[in-house]
Parts: sequence; C-alpha cells; structure tokens
Amino acid sequence: MSLIHKTAAELGALVASGEVSAVEVATAHLDRIEATEPKLHAFLHVDREVTLSQAREVDSRIASGEQLGPLAGVPIAHKDIFATRDMPTTAASKILEGWRPPYDATVTARLRAAGLVILGKTNLDEFAMGSSTENSAYGVTRNPWDLSRIPGGSSGGSSAAVSGYQAPLSTGTDTGGSIRQPAAVTGIVGMKPTYGGSSRYGLIAFASSLDTPGPFARNVHDAALLHEAFSGYDPMDSTSIDAPVPSVVAAAQAGDISGMRVGIVREFAGDGYQPGVIARFNDAVKMLESLGAEIVEVSCPSFDTALPAYYLIAPSECSSNLARFDAMRYGLRVGDDGTHSAEEVMALTRAAGFGPEVKRRIMLGTYALSSGYYDAYYGQAQKVRTLIARDFEAAFGQVDVLISPTTPTTAFPIGERADDPMAMYLADLCTIPSNLAGNAAISIPCGLADEDNLPVGLQIMAPVLGDDRCYRVGAVLEKAFEARWGGPLLKEAPAL
Amino acid sequence: MSVIAFDKALERFEPVLGLETHVELGTASKMFCGCATGFGAEPNTQVCPTCLAFPGSLPVANEAAIEATIRIGLALNCSIAEWCRFARKNYFYPDMPKNYQISQYDEPLCFDGYLDVEVGGQTYRVEIERVHLEEDTGKSTHVGGATGRIHGADYSIVDYNRAGIPLVEIVTKPITGTGAMAPEVARAYGVELREIMRSLGVSDVRMDQGSMRFDVNVSLNEPGAPWGTRTETKNVNSFRSVERSVRGEIERQAFLLTSGEKIIQETRHFHEDTGTTTSGRSKEEAQDYRYFPDPDLVPIAPDPTWVATLRDTLPELPSVKRKRLQSEWSVSDHDMESMYNAGAIDLVEATIAAGAPAADARKWWMGELARRANESGTALADLPITPGDVARVSELVASGSLNDKLARAALEGILAGEGSADEVIAKRGLQIADEGELLAIIDQVLADNTDAAEKVRSGKVAAVGALVGAVMKASRGKADAGRAREIILEKLS
Ligand SMILES: [Zn+2]
Repeated sequence: MSLIHKTAAELGALVASGEVSAVEVATAHLDRIEATEPKLHAFLHVDREVTLSQAREVDSRIASGEQLGPLAGVPIAHKDIFATRDMPTTAASKILEGWRPPYDATVTARLRAAGLVILGKTNLDEFAMGSSTENSAYGVTRNPWDLSRIPGGSSGGSSAAVSGYQAPLSTGTDTGGSIRQPAAVTGIVGMKPTYGGSSRYGLIAFASSLDTPGPFARNVHDAALLHEAFSGYDPMDSTSIDAPVPSVVAAAQAGDISGMRVGIVREFAGDGYQPGVIARFNDAVKMLESLGAEIVEVSCPSFDTALPAYYLIAPSECSSNLARFDAMRYGLRVGDDGTHSAEEVMALTRAAGFGPEVKRRIMLGTYALSSGYYDAYYGQAQKVRTLIARDFEAAFGQVDVLISPTTPTTAFPIGERADDPMAMYLADLCTIPSNLAGNAAISIPCGLADEDNLPVGLQIMAPVLGDDRCYRVGAVLEKAFEARWGGPLLKEAPAL
Repeated sequence: MSVIAFDKALERFEPVLGLETHVELGTASKMFCGCATGFGAEPNTQVCPTCLAFPGSLPVANEAAIEATIRIGLALNCSIAEWCRFARKNYFYPDMPKNYQISQYDEPLCFDGYLDVEVGGQTYRVEIERVHLEEDTGKSTHVGGATGRIHGADYSIVDYNRAGIPLVEIVTKPITGTGAMAPEVARAYGVELREIMRSLGVSDVRMDQGSMRFDVNVSLNEPGAPWGTRTETKNVNSFRSVERSVRGEIERQAFLLTSGEKIIQETRHFHEDTGTTTSGRSKEEAQDYRYFPDPDLVPIAPDPTWVATLRDTLPELPSVKRKRLQSEWSVSDHDMESMYNAGAIDLVEATIAAGAPAADARKWWMGELARRANESGTALADLPITPGDVARVSELVASGSLNDKLARAALEGILAGEGSADEVIAKRGLQIADEGELLAIIDQVLADNTDAAEKVRSGKVAAVGALVGAVMKASRGKADAGRAREIILEKLS
C-alpha cells in the first residue's frame, strides 16, 4: 500500500522504526497534493521546501534519539485559521492576504513539537463563517466524493484534504459544526472537543465562546492520537480548562460498549432530513443495540431554539472580534493615498477586504448588541444557551452519550444554497447545540445515502470533559461498520 | 464666554458633582499580556501580539492588577463582587488596537463605598459608586495642522506602549450639599484619593504623566428643584484644574440658566490656560458602545478568604495616620492641614524616624525647605534631599556643631548636589567657631564697640544684641550666638 493510504498511526510507526523517513512520507503527500489540487483546491498555501525542511528536522531529531510522540514524522494540514510562523495565515479573507504571523498558534506549536510536518494551509469559509467553503475569498473547495458538491464548511479544505488522501490528518475549528459537518459529508472522522479542552491561542477568532479546535482523520484512533497531541491546558488561553485531557486514545482502543446507555434526541427529526440520512441513522441505532448498548429516547425541548440563539451569539461576538481588522497594524490597507482620514481608510479597507457573508454577520451582530436591542437579542440568546446546557445535563443524567445524524442532508451541490443563507444555516441544525453547551461531540461515517451514494455522518455527543466517550463509542461502531462494509467507507469513494 | 460670578451663582443654585478618576496601576506587566509598563520607553517597544491585537492573540487577566483593584476598593470602603466579568466596550479608534476596550460594565469588581474628605474643618462624605478595572489605550500624536487634533492633521502616529496598561476607574455617586465649597471638595477628594493610592503602593499617581486623571461632572439646580442637566469635563489633569473646572462650569451653567437657556448634556474640554471649558461631543452624538461580557476571559470570582486577607493587611490609611501623627506630634489642626497641603507629612514622619525631634523635623520641612521648594517651583517631596539629611542637620544643630545659619547653608549645599550633610559641612567648612576663636572675636568686638559695651555695663542689657550681631558678622556666621551672648554678659558684668 502506498504511503498516502496508510493511517497516521501506521506512518508514525514506520517513521519511528526507521523504515521510512519523514521526508519520504512528506514527499509522497506533497506529490499527491500536486496531482489532485487542480480538482479539489483543498489548500490555500503549500510550500514544498518549507515542508521538506520541517521533515528533515524531524528526521534528524529522531536520529539524535529525541523521544517524540506517536505522530512524529506524520504530515498534517492546518486549517488556514491557525497561526503558523513559517506560512501565511489568511482565514481565507482578502483582508489578511499574504499575512505572515510572527508566532504559532498553541495547536500548531504543540504539533510541531510532537514532530508533525505541516503540508500546508487549507481552505475555509472566510473567517470560518459558512458551511460549504463557498465563502472563501480564494475559491471553493470540492468534495472528493463528487467534485460538483461542497466538502462542508467551514473547515472544508481540511475535510477534503483528508478524504482525498492528500493528508492523513488535519486540524479544523468547530464553532457551529465546522468540523463535524465537513467530516460527515466527506466520509471521515471529525471531532469537536469539549470547549476549553483545546487552546484557542493563535486561532483567528470567529465567535470566542464557541470556537473549538479539533482533529480530522480517516479513522477514530488517528483522530484520538491527534486530539491528545494538541489538547490540554494553555496558560495563554484564559478559557482553556486546567484539567487532565480525557484519555481519548485509550478510549478509542477500549473496544466495548455493552451496557452503555445511548440516547436519541427526539427533537432531531422531522422535515428537512433526507430519507437516506434517516435510514443510515437507524442502521447505526440497530448496530449499537446489537453491540450491547441500551437505546433510550430523550427529549431536549430547548434544542429547537438553538439555531436562532446561535445566529445571535456568533454574529455578536464576530462583530467585535473582527473590529481589529482596520488596516492600522497588518493586513490589507485601502485608501492610504493621503486624501483619506484614518477612519475612512478603516472603512474602505473593511468594505474591500470582507466578503458578503462576513459583512452580513458583522451587521447582524452589531445590531443585536446595540443599545435597546441587547436584552431582546443577545441577552435572550444567552438565556437559551443556559436552557440548552440544562437539557444536555438532564439528558446525560439518563444516558452516557447522545446520538443524532450529524447533518440533515448529504453534501449539497456547489451553488445550491449560496444565495439562501437560511438554507445554508440549516446544515448546522444538529451540531449547534453542542457548541452552545460546550460539550464534546464527534462525527463518524455511518454509510452512504441510498438516493445519492454520498456519505452520511453519525454524531455522538458526550458531556463536558466526556470526550473519551465519543471515541469509545465511535471506535466500536467504526469497527462493526467496517466489518459489514468490508473495509473503510472511503474505499467506496471514486478515485481522483 | 459669559459667566456669573461664583458667589452670585451659589446664591441661586446648588451644585451636584460627580467625579470619575482613572488611575494607571503600577504593575510590572500590562493588564492582559506580559509586556512591560515603564513610562517613557521608545515608542512601540513594549508591545506583543496581544496588546497589538494581532489575529489569534488572546488576553489573560493580570492577577496583580485584580489584587490592586480589590485593595483600592477595600480602602474606599467598598463591597467586593463575589463574581464579576470583564466586558467589551466597542468603538473604532486608531489608538485602540482591538477597536474595543476591555473594561467592566454592569458588574464592577468593587462597589458601594465612600471616602471622607475634610475641607475647612468640615467632613464631607463622598460616596463611591464603583471601582472597576480596564485597560488603557495607545497614544496618538497628530502631526501637522493647527490644533494638534486629528482633524486637520497631516498624519498621525500611534505609540502602543500604553495600550493595555491596567487602569482603574473610580466613580463617585452624585455629590450633593457642598454648596460654595464644591470646588474645594472636588479638589480635596482628588488629593485624598492620591494619598490612598500612594499608601497602597498601587500607582505612582503622576498626574504629569497621566497616571492619574479626572473627568468632572457638574450640574446645577435651584434649592428644592430636581437635579439639573450635567456636563462632563474630560481629562482634567491636575488638582488645581479639578478645582478650577468645577468653579468655571458652575459659573458658566449659572449664566445660561439665569438667561433662561438650557444646559446641553455633553462632554467638555478643559483648557489649562484660561480655566474654562469648551463644548465637545453632545449626547445625541454619543457612541453606542455595544457592551457585552468578554468571551475571551473567565469571570473573576475572588476567594472571600483572600479578600479578607487583603482587608486585614491594608496599610494604615492616610486619614487615620494623619490623626495619629497629629496627636503624636502635638500639632494644631491648622499646622497639620498646612503640612498635608504641602505634602510634608510623610517627609516629616521619615525625618523623625531618622532621629530628629518632631518640632525640628516640622520646622525644617515647613520652613527653610518649603521656602526653597516654593522658589524652585518643585514639590517638597521632589527636592533632592532625604529625610536622613534633614535629620543629620537637625542633630548637628542640637549638639551645637551648627547654628541656624550654618544649618541653612548645609541644606543649601545638599540641595545643590554637593553631597551628604557631612560632606557639605566639610567642603564648605561649616563649623561653629571654637571657644578660643570666639573669645578672641569677642575681645575685638568689645574693643571696637566701646559705646555699646558701656551701655551693657551700665545695665542696659538690651544693647547686648548689637554686640552679638557684631560677633556673628565678624565670625562670618560661624559663632554660636547664644554662647557669645553669655560670654559678653559675663565679661561686662
Ligand atoms: Zn503586550
């Protein structure tokens, strides 16, 4: 089997044993990227020389006997919202075109220290605002399963890169589903850790109280390895949790879920769910039962109000977070010709530098926070958030994990929802509650929808700091599904 | 601008004051990052991704600043919040890197306190509404143009060294019942606040460097009528200006009200040169700051036992200390107030601690040294002389090694940077004449002044003064006048 088809764990072992070098592994993936990028456009930035020099450094660290983790020498693609000091970081926005941060995000720094080699920076919806990568200022990324369809979003470049065998691992950020939804529609694993479990330092903020860095991989165990490698308390992020990281790798290897109680949320059903998605979800429920889990139906009545609450909180925070892009200290500057005041330069730059969806959300948020509307909008949304957290708390009093489809539909065609923000927002219907409550949730592949032969994702939600449960249930289900399918779901994907 | 004389204004109207005070804390690092806070560094050398608001950077609250704020709150008799949050105050301005300021909105760290101030022997209780913590902005310089303001400037440059320095805002409740004393009460409040900051050691409270600055609110109403519309005078940067801005605003508002005009709720700028204010932004143009809790920062929940420890370890507060010292030194209210106003209390205290008797310490600081400070236009505390120097001079006078005149010469030498008391004395040869020298001088003086000598001999003892004066002159001030008198009287008896 070629290097690009191996798991991250296998690649790590090969490099550790000296059978292959980090340079060889990186080269294989760079070649794959070069060959497939014209079709996928998963990357915004690739620099073969920078990548190979990182790989050479890892090889020499290993040769000198340095003890690196299990992922040393494994390549990774970073969503272009994590600061990287040797590559540009743009958040897929014109306003940061070519910007090179003088520092690494905590996530990128920790993975560098663990010996992972950066293949490049992946595409996303501008500032992570979207569910399709169509909002990128640098062109749309295509789904490896069907090049006419979206790879999900906002971390669509990261999901396409892993699904398309350009990278064994990638990072994403999940604010309303931006890891789980792209993972679901590209047939891979994507995890949103507990909020505060992974550091936001160096992650360009969209909505600070929701943004959560997380891993993409082609299997649950690889995702757990990556999760463990970058997670944990960071004194640079005051909202990061000062507690041990749940043992997610051990959980992914536990192999038993008999006696676990699995809840189905009654509210995640109804119109808008594609029949093929419902069918695969029901298969997963049966599979869980056959594996010894007890299925319980639970009600989370406040989940119905999650979407509107999210679309007040996230834009409100973004309207403030994005105020710093003002042409004064970095990034794009428009109108600096001696005829405009500082305020005019700010306005001209922001008008030229932000795309329509970003502007829409800044305006929504500015309005929701304005005096006289705050209580009715932002204040009310925060109350809803509390209610949703209580619903989760009550549900997790009855069950160990909750399950749902990750998204109501499979990957939709590029352009289909581009002019209909409300339809686009519905893609995150099932994923948003976990962002509002801050709990852990993973998406794993659970088959193909009959009507379009596209991947369907199963979401497994666990309590705050119960990330290990997602991996435990996910790994057991994955093994059972792969036994039924005769291998990973991705082998059904068309060759690129 | 038309005004009504202050006394006339106070015949018809009662003023209501409000003061907002910003104090830059003297923490080693900034409020939300690790950058240094020293004043006067090269522009943009004390900056990092966080205080420059680079993408992805995050704030982490400075515990020392939170502690200092709680201590200020406790010193001002405030309640301390069990749980509170930072909030974002959103507005665009080039010297504010994030285009929002991290501040506190409806959940201040400290609230509901008071500070008693004394003016003219009367105590006024100023109630404190809140004490909260926020970050300072950068500093813009507008180059070109006539006004130094952003409009009309050719270009502007920004120094972000100040951006993110912890700033405490202390807000009073409306201060009523001060009448004609309003300007003095406002000033006394500011002075007392500065004394408290100093005693807590939380800030260098240098008004000339902007580490303490005031916004002054004033309104007028007729007795019994509801409060009037208030104006807010921004960035008043000295105690004298606080007093003058209150006075000026009372006179201006009184004129408008007696002319049947309305007061516009607005911010005003104070002009040091004229002592008057001019209109700034009116309320209609006021910004909507879109405050909301900062999601980047966890709430502050001070541990009650920690707060109790901070309360127990507060230093003796200035007003309490003044009462104690006054009784220890046995001085009048008036003398104590003079020392307080001259900023001499700590200096006198330190001089006594260095060995000088209370009366002598007070005499030197409030006499010779106060005169010299006044001449050179510096604060007493800024004179280049230590309480130790003063105590040494006082000791030498007591032991008879120096007389009053030589002591003043010694102080002059110390102030001129010639060294310590002993060094100056040695260099300048400030040594009282010895007995042998003195006798010789006296003999010569008696020989040269036979008329005066004869008067004394015949019982007109008052004439001895002229002879002592002649001895002092002949010795160039080095004689001990008392001893000279004794010897002369002995010789002429
Ligand atoms: Zn800094």
